Amino acid sequence: MGIIEAKNLVFEYIRRDEEGNVEGITRAVDEVNLDIRQGDFVAILGHNGSGKSTLAKHINAIHYPTEGTVWVDGKDTSDDANLWEIRQEAGMVFQNPDNQIIGQVVEEDVGFGPENLGVPTAEIWERVEESLKAVGMYEFRKHSPNKLSGGQKQRVSIAGVIAMHPKCIVLDEPTAMLDPNGRKEVIRAVRALNDVERITIILITHYMEEIIHADRVFVMDKGKIAMEGTPREIFSQVEKLKDLRLDVPQVTLLAHELGKSGLDIPKGILTCEELAAALGLPKKK
Amino acid sequence: MSIILDHVNYVYEAGTAMEFAALKDINLVIPDGQFIGLIGHTGSGKSTLVQHLNGLLAPTSGSIYYNGADIHDSDYNKKELRSKVGLVFQYPEHQLFEIDVFSDVCFGPKNLGLDKKETELRAYAALKQVGLEDEYFYQSPFDLSGGQKRRVAIAGVLAMKPEVLILDEPTAGLDPKGRDEILDQIAKLREETGITVILVSHSMEDVAKYVDRIIVMNRGQVLFDNEPGEVFKHYKELEQVGLAAPQVTYIMHELKQRGLDVDTDITTIAEAKNEILKALNK
Amino acid sequence: MLRDITLGQYYQTDSVIHRLDPRVKLVTTICFIISLFVVDNLIGYLIAGIFLTMVIKLSKVPLKYMLRGMKSIVFLLLIAVVFNLFLTPGETVFTFWKIKITMEGIRQAVFMAIRLIFLIIGSSVMTLTTTPNNLTDGMEKLLGPLKIFRVPVHEIAMMMSIALRFIPILLEETDKIMKAQIARGADFESGNLIKKAKSLVPLLVPLFISAFRRANDLAMAMEARCYRGGDHRTKMKPLIYKKRDGLAYGVVVCYLALCVVVGRILL
Repeated sequence: MGIIEAKNLVFEYIRRDEEGNVEGITRAVDEVNLDIRQGDFVAILGHNGSGKSTLAKHINAIHYPTEGTVWVDGKDTSDDANLWEIRQEAGMVFQNPDNQIIGQVVEEDVGFGPENLGVPTAEIWERVEESLKAVGMYEFRKHSPNKLSGGQKQRVSIAGVIAMHPKCIVLDEPTAMLDPNGRKEVIRAVRALNDVERITIILITHYMEEIIHADRVFVMDKGKIAMEGTPREIFSQVEKLKDLRLDVPQVTLLAHELGKSGLDIPKGILTCEELAAALGLPKKK
Repeated sequence: MSIILDHVNYVYEAGTAMEFAALKDINLVIPDGQFIGLIGHTGSGKSTLVQHLNGLLAPTSGSIYYNGADIHDSDYNKKELRSKVGLVFQYPEHQLFEIDVFSDVCFGPKNLGLDKKETELRAYAALKQVGLEDEYFYQSPFDLSGGQKRRVAIAGVLAMKPEVLILDEPTAGLDPKGRDEILDQIAKLREETGITVILVSHSMEDVAKYVDRIIVMNRGQVLFDNEPGEVFKHYKELEQVGLAAPQVTYIMHELKQRGLDVDTDITTIAEAKNEILKALNK
Repeated sequence: MLRDITLGQYYQTDSVIHRLDPRVKLVTTICFIISLFVVDNLIGYLIAGIFLTMVIKLSKVPLKYMLRGMKSIVFLLLIAVVFNLFLTPGETVFTFWKIKITMEGIRQAVFMAIRLIFLIIGSSVMTLTTTPNNLTDGMEKLLGPLKIFRVPVHEIAMMMSIALRFIPILLEETDKIMKAQIARGADFESGNLIKKAKSLVPLLVPLFISAFRRANDLAMAMEARCYRGGDHRTKMKPLIYKKRDGLAYGVVVCYLALCVVVGRILL
């Protein structure tokens, strides 16, 4: 069994009109099965409203399954006795950088999680220091979060999660509100955590360029997992991705278009170099 | 008829320790009917710049002319200017407040003092222009999806019948399809009405397909101001300031360097495809 | 500007007063305020003045920052002085038209002015030398015993510190929404009071919705980080009394005793 496993997971919520009468039931997550191994970098892709965020919130026991079961490190999330252990082991970073920072000073925010866990004071300081260093924000420890850029704020949020010593981190569209520089900063920090600390990463996004380095990719649509595979396997299905309201990097799209025009080009081209090689051009001197 | 910026400077919190020059000596001419991409990363001054165009911010020094008149003359009608130069802020759906979509779009024309009939006609036309279906008109704006909310917010500005439409990051937070739909809608709108459109963005790839002019801002100054193909020639300089040309520019350069005879000024995938096929068939 | 309020009045420097435990500063401020109402003669106010001057000197905060707080109460001060001056009955000093000014009136007015000025400066010293964070921590600790009476002390302190964090964010947001509505032709300035109040709707509705959304997000983020109220929590920066804090308490007790003796017993 992996670090995170979901079996026939269903999540429904009841829609109500203004008077509170039931209008209908929406199935946000529909029969999802997942098995994520410790140390993996997993990306969950999907358009807005595909159910990817709802799925993510099950891993941190913010949502509970309507049907089916989710296990985090072997613990059933719907059992209340496991709640705090699960939230410590599966950390979560959210979309809006402003709405998840509690402290008025960077270091105090990072210390918030360990404080809640009852970690002794001296150890909190150690954890805060190592976490801020891991995301490259140590020199900003005395700053007010309000003075930081979006990318920096998200790195502080990530540090706040690392300080709780989780086994896995779920990032729910951490880059959606950032500019390209901020996005790169955050993805770099996340990759480093996966490479160096071997923390399992579950990255939820709709930016295709962020998933290139993932070990596995799940694409969600209408609450179901519509595609699953390595980034290359996913990117080789350009038409299907378009149907799912997603796009592919320009180089992948260009290679796909050239292939349609009769050129012999393999599917799932991810870089400029690969395209040049596929066109039979010699290497640069 | 145009917008002219003449040596515009803007300093935040002048005279304090926080003093910061957000705009430095900006000179620009924006003629009627152009489709412009205004590109720069966060803090480059692009948002400050667009707030000058409709008089929300006044320059510390320098002048701004709209159709030949200085907009900071004491007898200049600022309210009318704001209806002529429509500015849609980032995350415009956060500004919706009325009980239904239609009333919210009526807010702008009503503020212009138009009568009820004209207001409603304009609101209806604006909602059609952004491609919103009739069935949503009397729903609460808060019940709509993200993309629909954004359309309503854009319609709220269009209903004032602006001659210039400025959109600050109109695609922020949308998924790829939603982004394409909004941009396509804006391109269609421009084609139909011929209004000037200024698209503020930090993504070259998003705007390259649509605009006929790109203005690149960096540290409060205009770094480049030219046709997209010409601007992307400077892709190395763009990288130095934290921006990047569209990936297709890099592809064409890579191919050229490896000996394929292609034109590197290309800005879209369709052009690139034809160019590569042409070069290979030779 | 509004922004000035939100940054707090904290004046960054290193002094004995800055380093004192926030609880000491809170208690001292309260004692000082009590002392102002205990004493009722010039010598008493002289003692209070000397005490205040000493503390200001030790805090290394320039006097002009202390006096900045005075601006906001000039009006209040004037009203207090005028009322006391004209409305206190007693031995008439002189009469002008229908207004009688009494000896007691003058005395009351002067004392009231001194009291108010000292009170404002005294509490300014506290806010200028203590970060808002420290202040909420101190308050939480000081009010801790009230938990027995089911007063949600930890929750109140948490609410205060969250408010302090979000005020600047919401102010910025207000500015943004205001600009966006002005771009749609909204007018927040002209018109009578009713019209002005009405014109605030397009500003307040989005602002409230945003505040609720933020609150919802924040609550979820806090739970995700294992927040479950004040129990079982440890502190990253616990408040621990040092020697200087004990010393400060001693000084304060002596000062208060002196005030009582001088103000009530001797005269």
